[in-house]
Amino acid sequence: MTDTEPQRPHERAARHDPIYDTLHQEPDFVELRRAYRAFVFPATIAFLSWYLLYVVMSNWAHDFMSHQLWGNINVALVFGLLQFVTTFVLAWVYSRYSTSRLDPLARRLDEQYIAELEGRR
Amino acid sequence: MDGDQLLTTALFLGVVAITIGITFWASRQTSGAADFYAGGRGFSGVQNGLAIGGDYMSAASFLGISGAIALSGYDGFLYSIGFLVAWLVALLLVAEMLRNAGRYTMADQLAFRLRQRSVRTAAATSTVVVSIFYLLAQMVGAGALVALLLDVSSDTAKNITIFAVGALMIFYVTVGGMKGTTWVQIVKAVLLMAGSALIVVLVLAKFGFNLSDLLGTAASNSGKGQAFLEPGLKYGVSDTSKIDFLSLGIALVLGTAGLPHILIRFYTVPTSRDARKSVLWAIGLIGVFYLFTLVLGFGAAALLNKGDMAKVVASGGNLASPLLAQNVGGGEGSTGGAVLLALISAVAFATILAVVAGLTLTSSVSVAHDLYNGVLRRGEASEGQELKVARWAALIIGLIAILLAIPAQRLNVAFLVALAFAVAASANLPSIVYNMFWKRFNTRGALWSIYGGLISSVGLVIFSPIMSGKGVDPVSGKNLSLLPTSIDISWFPLENPGIVSIPLAFFLGWLGSVTSKEPDAVERYTELEVRALSGAGSEKAVQH
Repeated sequence: MTDTEPQRPHERAARHDPIYDTLHQEPDFVELRRAYRAFVFPATIAFLSWYLLYVVMSNWAHDFMSHQLWGNINVALVFGLLQFVTTFVLAWVYSRYSTSRLDPLARRLDEQYIAELEGRR
Repeated sequence: MDGDQLLTTALFLGVVAITIGITFWASRQTSGAADFYAGGRGFSGVQNGLAIGGDYMSAASFLGISGAIALSGYDGFLYSIGFLVAWLVALLLVAEMLRNAGRYTMADQLAFRLRQRSVRTAAATSTVVVSIFYLLAQMVGAGALVALLLDVSSDTAKNITIFAVGALMIFYVTVGGMKGTTWVQIVKAVLLMAGSALIVVLVLAKFGFNLSDLLGTAASNSGKGQAFLEPGLKYGVSDTSKIDFLSLGIALVLGTAGLPHILIRFYTVPTSRDARKSVLWAIGLIGVFYLFTLVLGFGAAALLNKGDMAKVVASGGNLASPLLAQNVGGGEGSTGGAVLLALISAVAFATILAVVAGLTLTSSVSVAHDLYNGVLRRGEASEGQELKVARWAALIIGLIAILLAIPAQRLNVAFLVALAFAVAASANLPSIVYNMFWKRFNTRGALWSIYGGLISSVGLVIFSPIMSGKGVDPVSGKNLSLLPTSIDISWFPLENPGIVSIPLAFFLGWLGSVTSKEPDAVERYTELEVRALSGAGSEKAVQH
């Protein structure tokens, strides 16, 4: 087991390693947190609004949703399928973004953490 | 027992035999707590993605959604969309950070910086409540499925099925732990995708792969015309039902990232990057599957004859997919029809087994790790003691689920699952999100939000038309509510509590935090932030 948590005092976990304060001040960490939040906060607002728009339109925009586009394919079906498309696309874009922008920063911080622990031995 | 039933029984027993084999194999690979609780954190992103799919696509998805589409047309499709979009919450806000910050349970992440005995108690309580609601839905579904397939409608047969499913899930969990459960879920995901893909291709082939033709036939066969393809057939009848629908939509999209049995799957991979990869795989798999449900549901409406549709209606929609399989295989009485019916039913049964195993494991881990060790023993129990408690907890929770499932058979399966989502979104999601992103969040905020969300979501259902006050169906004369018609305690007009209980839980989390005099655990939050985002110091995979 790699767990190093001391068992006392139990009520509040007191495992505080000063290395986390150091890492927290690192430009890499500041950039990691900024870049992460700059992506996920707007993205979350966007996809939740887009989804709620769909639910609200299904409820209260019946005529628009019932409009037939090709044969028996109506706006409601296309709107619903677009929710699938946007979900797939956003997941893919986030994956690309975090692989190229977030993971290198996280790796450097993790390496710094390991190096610091090794250095104490 | 005729030949068809013999085939069905043989395939069911085949599924059971495979899963038992997997469980025994997994038990030999399991030695410590990290193995039993988190599969040694050794699963790859792809494996875990499949297992998440197997954990998530429950009987409510496979049987329930296609049934809802077959009966209510387009409105049933809304479940699929909510269940899928919800994964973005898990991907963007929860999966990776939870993997880095926690060890085995949802509560670990809260206990990182809050007073752990009280938050562990609260989180374990909501874990067990959500899991039991979900568990009941699956077991009731299993009882109905088996009874209808083997053509035995007696209560005894349903009760025996529920008992057998309960005994199997206790066995998977106590013997196989997380490794056994995960492999059962992976096998199930593959079977489910292959089985439904086969039926989808056969259905589409009947319409020359023209979706518009399929929809047109479904619309005319349903007797409702174009309205069958438009939103509003089920939920558009009144302003109350529209708000009910909005409430359901909110609970679905926010519930997934608060489901404890989904959350603990993120601990089974070595790093947060694998957790992300597994969610991506899960989104792909689940998305394709929900597109299948569209074809299955409208296909059933288009192809099934009056006699079969009557059976679908009688089962609340649950038999739409199996009967559709029989139809595209050649119809009742044909060999092809019998084979496909048996095959799809066995897939549905595997689906149920995989999901109940995941749920039982989740609640027993939470009881052993959070309640027993974290609260009662103040973290001093040995790993062996904790594991022993986990196995006993699985047995007890399994027995409770069996005992509750027998009277719960009158409840609609989809309703139970939707309720589990509403409780998860109200009780769990607010504190998970606050804990990760809000420095001032503290113990009182967590407790108010968890208990407030739990009590308000369950409480509002007790006073909703589900429980009482709906009266009697003018056509069938059946009581539409759960309680006898002489009792009417309903005052909350909606069946879905989410629209009230989710904002309330977020509000209580904020209010509790700002009114508490507890000093901010700034240092712990610093550590949590660094660890959650960078993975520095997170739990590593077990080396065997």
